[in-house]
This record gives sequence, C-alpha cells and structure tokens, in this order.
Amino acid sequence: MNKLNPRIKYRLGMSKLFHALVIVFAFMIAIPLIAILFFVIKEGITKINWNFLTNIPKPVGEVGGGIANALLGSLIIVLVAAIIAIPIGIFAGIYLSENKNSRLSYWSRLAVDILQGVPSIVIGIVIYFWIVKPSGTFSAISGSMALAVMMLPIIIRSTEETLKLIPFTIKEAGFALGLPYHKVILKVIVPCGFSGILSGAILSVARIAGETAPLLFTAFGNPYLNANVAKPMQSLPLLIFNYATSPYEEWHNLAWGASMILLIWILLLNIITKLITQKWKVQL
Amino acid sequence: MQELTSQLVQKPSRVIVQDRKTKYTGRNIRWEGVFKRSLVITALSVLVLVVGIFITLVVQSIPSIKALGIGYLTGKTWDPVSDIYGAWPFLLGTLLTSFLALIISIPFSFAIAVYLGEYRPTGWLSGFLKNVVELIAAVPSVIYGFWALVTLVPLVRKLESAIGVAPYGVGIFSASIVLAIMIIPYAASLGRELIQMVPSSLKEGAYSLGGTQYEVIRDVVMPYTKSGMFAGVLLSLGRALGETMAVTMVIGNTSLIPDSIFSPGNTMASVIANEFTEADRAVYLSALIELGLVLFLVTVVINMIGKSIIKRFTHE
Repeated sequence: MNKLNPRIKYRLGMSKLFHALVIVFAFMIAIPLIAILFFVIKEGITKINWNFLTNIPKPVGEVGGGIANALLGSLIIVLVAAIIAIPIGIFAGIYLSENKNSRLSYWSRLAVDILQGVPSIVIGIVIYFWIVKPSGTFSAISGSMALAVMMLPIIIRSTEETLKLIPFTIKEAGFALGLPYHKVILKVIVPCGFSGILSGAILSVARIAGETAPLLFTAFGNPYLNANVAKPMQSLPLLIFNYATSPYEEWHNLAWGASMILLIWILLLNIITKLITQKWKVQL
Repeated sequence: MQELTSQLVQKPSRVIVQDRKTKYTGRNIRWEGVFKRSLVITALSVLVLVVGIFITLVVQSIPSIKALGIGYLTGKTWDPVSDIYGAWPFLLGTLLTSFLALIISIPFSFAIAVYLGEYRPTGWLSGFLKNVVELIAAVPSVIYGFWALVTLVPLVRKLESAIGVAPYGVGIFSASIVLAIMIIPYAASLGRELIQMVPSSLKEGAYSLGGTQYEVIRDVVMPYTKSGMFAGVLLSLGRALGETMAVTMVIGNTSLIPDSIFSPGNTMASVIANEFTEADRAVYLSALIELGLVLFLVTVVINMIGKSIIKRFTHE
C-alpha cells in the first residue's frame, strides 16, 4: 500500500471518507425515532392504568381522569371512515385496472394523484363547508368523511396495482365457464388480489389514524363520552393536540398517555401491513 | 413472480366450484349492467370529489378576493381585529420553514438513499435502516409536535441564548427541524429506488476504468438520477408545505413578519388551524379559505411537476 502514488491514495481516501459520511448521516435518522419512542414510552407508561382507560378527563385541578372518550371516539371515527372509503376505493381501483386506457380512467388517475397531495387541513376546510355548515353542528360523521377522503387514494392505488398483476388468463377462464362479468370480478379477480387489497386498506387506516388537521373543524373534540356520530366527538390525536398545548400539568399527563396508546396502535397497524405484504409477497 | 402466479391460479378454482349452479339468467345480465355502472360511478366520484374540493375553495374565497383583491397576498399586516388582512407573513413563514426543512433534510435523505441503493441494498443492517425510515414516516404529526415541544424547543432555546438571539425556543427554526425529520422518508425511499434503477453496465464500465466507489457515485449514479432526485426533492417540498399539526405546535403562532429564522411566525396551514374556528366575520373566514386555496394550488402544481418527472424517468 505504501508504494501507491499519492494521487491514487488520495482517491481511495476520498472514497473511504465518503462511505463513512454516508453511513454516519444515514444512521443519524435513528436518533429522532429512538428519542421519540423513548420519551413517549417513558412519560406514557406511568400514566396508563385501568382508570386512565375507562374515565373521561376531569376538570383542571382534580387528580386522575382518563381518555375513554377519545379512545371510543377514535375507534368510531376511524371505523366509519373505513366503512365509507374501503368499498368506494376498491370499486374505483377495479375500474382503473379494468379500463386502463379509457378517458375516464385517465382523469380519475389524475384526480387520485391530486387527492394524494392535497394538504389534510384543506380537506378539513372543504368538509366543513360540505357537511358541518349545512347541518349546523360539528359531528363525528364529518370527521369520518374527511378521513375517508384521505384514505381513498391509498386504497385505489393499491387495489389498481394489485389487480394489474393478475394474469388475464384467469379472467378468461372465468368467462369461459360462463360466469357473468360481475362474478368474474368479485369472485375470481378480487379474491386473487385479496392480500394486496387488504394490506392497502390497513395501510390507509394506519396513515389516517393519527391525523389531526382534518378533524379540527369536523369532529372538533368533546370532553364527554359520546357515541352519537351526529355530535362532536373526541379523538386521540385531537386530545393530544389540545392537551399538549395547554398549560396544565394534569392535561400534559393525559396527553402523554394518549400519545403512547396512539403510537402503539399505529405501529401495530404498520407491522400488520408489513407482515401481510411479506407473507403474500405483495408489492405496494 | 412465479410463486405469486401459482397462488393466483390455485385460489379461484375453489371459488368457482361454488358457482357451478350459476346460470346465465336475466338476473345475472341485469346485475352485470348494475355492476359496470357502479364501477363507472365510483371512478367518476373521485373525479367529482377533486373538482368539488377546488370549486368549494374558490367559491368560499370569493368574498375575500372581492374585498381584498390581489393586494391580499402581498399585504404585510394581519390584524383581524381591525379588519386588515395581509397574507405575506404566512407566505414568508411557509416558504422559510419549508425550504429550511428541505435544506436540513437533503444530506440525510441523500445518505440513506445512497446507502440503501448503492452500498448495501440487502442485509440486516439495511433492513434495520429501512424499518427505521418507515417508522419515521408512520409516527403521527401531532406526536412529533408534542415531542418537539417538550424536548426540542428547550434545546433550541439554549442554542439561541448561546448565540445571542432572543430565546423564544419556539419559532421557524424549531418548526424546520421537526419538518425535516418528517419529510426525510419520502425523498429517501424515492431516491433509493432511483439509484437501484441505474444500469449496472454503466457502473461496471466506470469501475473497470479504475474508478473508486465515490467516483462512480459522483460521476455515474448522480448524473443518471439527477432529474429523479430533483423530483424527489419537489415531492418532499409538497409534503412540507401542507404539514400542519407539528408546525402549529412549535412555530410560535404570531402574525408578525419573521425577521430571522429564529423568530416565531406562522405558516399558511398553521394560521388556518389556529384561527378557522374563531373567524367570526365573513371576510375573515374567507381570507383564511383563500390561504387554503393558495396552499391547494401550490401543492397540486408541485406534486404534478414532481410526478411527471418521475414518470418520464421510469419510462426511459
């Protein structure tokens, strides 16, 4: 090595230096993740107990209180959003994969692309004018609608991409047996791509479960337990936002506990998606 | 792929057996028409949804466009109490935070892309890194905001008093750091895919001429992926512009024009989040919606440009 001329030595040195820099910068991304996990778990774990999960928040100054209203609210809002978005998303995805070159699919695809990039707060504003203002009250259902709009592009894209991969011969076989078109699609093609569609749906839930911005002007939040979707409803992200920015220590504690539950929920959804995609070798 | 195909072939046979009794009756034909029509309707509804979003934003911002005109975007004061609306502080705040976040994030996302795409595409260490990047993308914005409020803001405050500026803690600089962390995954995963698309014949050619790994990356991989990388940066800019919650929590929320990157401010998204439900006059509300319209148009244009560049790149 000592006999190498200095020019080559310099070039090899540069290459090594660059490699080292790349490694250092690349793995620095782990620092914020570890810091966030560490803080949320450290602060959150001591706050979570049975009362925390079953009580509603108490007024400032009283000890205790929980986040039952937000847990229930989050569950309802996300569930309703999924019920709205998943059928529409799958149908639109089927249309796009079945009609690859029609004029409508060109424009729909463009619309999906646009929808994917729309800032979540803008969707909140629009749903406010579509549902909240005409009905005169903030409501959980409007929050679900806002989240459903955000889920659509993810479900449509994953359905379309999955169904595109299914060989045409399978569809032909279905037709050859005399099945009508809708049965070929719903009983042959969709079951074939089921794993891909399922993981797309779960991924879309994981993406919107932590969304706050579209709920600010729709679900709005509610300090009491409520299961009526036509009324304002609390949700975990809203509770975290409101209580984290408040000056009270008790509310901060509630927010930490809620953060930990939300984080675990979302990480679980992501892991499930990952397991599904690995098991069935789906490409999203 | 073969495994996938074999699975695909197996599944439907089971399903079709159940349908052996199906006859091509009039009912089936009717259902076929209903089914086809409902497919068209859902595809159409997505289109209607996007057009509807745009029209709603335009219609609702008409009062503000009429009352304030084009001067709205360059007006330097935002004072709803005295009915003065100028969006310049928020435009500036948005641009400052987004570009600062972009500059901070680029070295990191570039390093991740190069590491995963070129140095070590497989192996447990890169598997670990991939998972970290995915989790960074999965953490909800509001949790970033809360975390930043509790840990990052005090650190920034210390830094600010060390370099002798007013130690607010919250402000454009803190918001940019949080934003940077949040947008790294987008550029990084796109960059990795682009780098893996570089033909190995090109790289092998450069190696056989005696190039070092660094030189191959600099002189072959980078020029080849240049346009795609630019698109990746654009797409993460689109993300940064629209990000609301984390920014709202740490930017300080004042409507004054920021005079340095350390001063508190507001972005378009954060001012909407803070003031929308308080807006009690028609013009006030409409002015906020016009901000939403601007945000919508800017992010749509940026996303379209970014995606068309990527499409052109992947088809080449």
